[in-house]
Amino acid sequence: MINIPSTFKISLRALRVNKMRSALTMLGIIIGVGAVIAMVAVGSGASQKIAEQISSMGSNLLIVLPGATTSGGVRMGSGTQPTLSTSDTEAIIKESSAVADAAPILNGTSQVIVGHMNWSTSIMGTTASYLNVRDWDLSAGRSFITQDVKGATKVCLLGQTVVDNLFGDQNPIGQAIRIQNMPFTVIGVLARKGQSAQGQDQDDTILVPVTTAQKKLFGTQFPGMVRIIIIKAKSAEDLPVAENQINALLRQRHHLGQKQDNDFTVRNLTQIMQAAAQSTRVMTLLLGAIASVSLLVGGIGIMNIMLVSVTERTREIGIRMAIGAKTWDIRLQFIIEALTLSLIGGVLGIVTGISATMILSSLSGWPTIVSPVAIVTAFGFSGFIGIFFGFYPAYKASLLNPIDALRYE
Amino acid sequence: MALIEAQSISKVYSLGDVDVRALDGISATIEKGEFVAIMGQSGSGKSTFMNVLGCLDTPTDGHYLLDGVDTGNLSRDALAEIRNQKIGFVFQGFNLLSRTSAIENVELPMLYNGVTAHERSKRARQALKSVGLEGREDHNPNQLSGGQQQRVAIARALVNDAPIILADEPTGNLDTKTSVEIMELFVRLNRDPGITVIIVTHEPDIATYAKRTIRFLDGHIVSDEQVSKQ
Repeated sequence: MINIPSTFKISLRALRVNKMRSALTMLGIIIGVGAVIAMVAVGSGASQKIAEQISSMGSNLLIVLPGATTSGGVRMGSGTQPTLSTSDTEAIIKESSAVADAAPILNGTSQVIVGHMNWSTSIMGTTASYLNVRDWDLSAGRSFITQDVKGATKVCLLGQTVVDNLFGDQNPIGQAIRIQNMPFTVIGVLARKGQSAQGQDQDDTILVPVTTAQKKLFGTQFPGMVRIIIIKAKSAEDLPVAENQINALLRQRHHLGQKQDNDFTVRNLTQIMQAAAQSTRVMTLLLGAIASVSLLVGGIGIMNIMLVSVTERTREIGIRMAIGAKTWDIRLQFIIEALTLSLIGGVLGIVTGISATMILSSLSGWPTIVSPVAIVTAFGFSGFIGIFFGFYPAYKASLLNPIDALRYE
Repeated sequence: MALIEAQSISKVYSLGDVDVRALDGISATIEKGEFVAIMGQSGSGKSTFMNVLGCLDTPTDGHYLLDGVDTGNLSRDALAEIRNQKIGFVFQGFNLLSRTSAIENVELPMLYNGVTAHERSKRARQALKSVGLEGREDHNPNQLSGGQQQRVAIARALVNDAPIILADEPTGNLDTKTSVEIMELFVRLNRDPGITVIIVTHEPDIATYAKRTIRFLDGHIVSDEQVSKQ
């Protein structure tokens, strides 16, 4: 019968006898586990941040930018020609089957005044579809209605940052704000959205009907001109289909001949962000893998020390066998010893990893997430390493011939 | 039924292409309660015989019956159990675990047969008391004299109530006075609980404590006689 508590006691004693050696062996595991936790924390912090940005941007997004036009063989830069219009937007919604919704955007920056407060912010002329495309909710009030856009009414939706700066704790709904000396009525407040992928405060904005922006705020060169069109495809699989449909539709609407380049550009934002997300996932895996190598090296350190320990204690093993230790008594003694080393190392490694993550995070300002999964995995893996690398020395010890072991000097 | 019965036991070691016959057809019977001295020069095979009796080694040929059980067919672990339950070893070099207190050394055999911690401590204390080491329980081997260390080893051999004590040159590392004390302890243990004591020695003085002497030479038994006590 194998007596686990006693075997455990024997193992602990052996480790205590060689304190320095035990500590150094553990150090390998401590560094390994710590590195895995810290590296995965850095990686998942980055992934999490990108995931947040993707969800704040809205999903399945395409944007159409006015493109480079070519006039008489001279190619103009991207965005040089105002080639997109509100009617393009309407056509896209109507004719492209893969498109869920689309919103035109005409934006600018302006000073906004309420009473004695003023604030400079981005004014975005758009339609109610914008909120739909960006997956953006209202926290109060209502959105634009058809009449607002058709009639170019002077109504607006405020971003949370604008509300904070102009109204403080007051309720802004129904209040008047002055944009370029024209009074606008606040009909709604946008829900808080946070930073964009580029680090901009997305809540520092005012939405007005696109027609109002065109006619009253930002004079345009031709009627109905918009700066960009933002489009939501029906699903991620529909993105390429939508892209093709929009390309074909806009070429036709812009009367482009066979040999003419597009005078607009369709960009797949979601794809770009997903590529970024994919690359951080790969980075996380890579960091974790590199850190795991150090954990593995720590395990080899344990095996090395256990082998030395078995040789050193050959005589002890002989004595134990002579007085009745069975094969598994001997094996368990050494396995538990290795396991104890690796598990204590694992616990200290978790502490080290979390502290290292916190230090790294406060020094570099990187977002980090200490994931419980990484902790459990690293701890479990260190336990596994203890058993795995402890087994061979233990096996070797258990095969000793008691007579030879007793005679060993 | 004899406690120990060796039936034409041979042990052959292969050293390269030379076969060394350490034991050559040894037959002997030892009854319960005997005190036997096994004598012979080094290389006579007496230690090999001792190892076979102690189930540390298995014979190449022949049968060794312990308590009527043929040990030849037993597994490593079954032999370990026999050593644990039926045999107490005492070695020339004491073979105590260093940096381990006397009481823990004595508790060692009980770790391998599931005795509870409380019971272990109780029995170990009793065993140490019976060999006259009361009050030394927490001393490490390096804080004890040679004679005291051998007493700890004897206490360890007694603690599982094994019916046999096998002592291999138990006084080899001790001075004459201490040797006498240790041998008297064996005599007492043989007399009172009636433990069967088998001692390997090359010193005739030590052999006189035994009731029977078996002499070995070149793997054979050359004499086997009862010693009458004067």
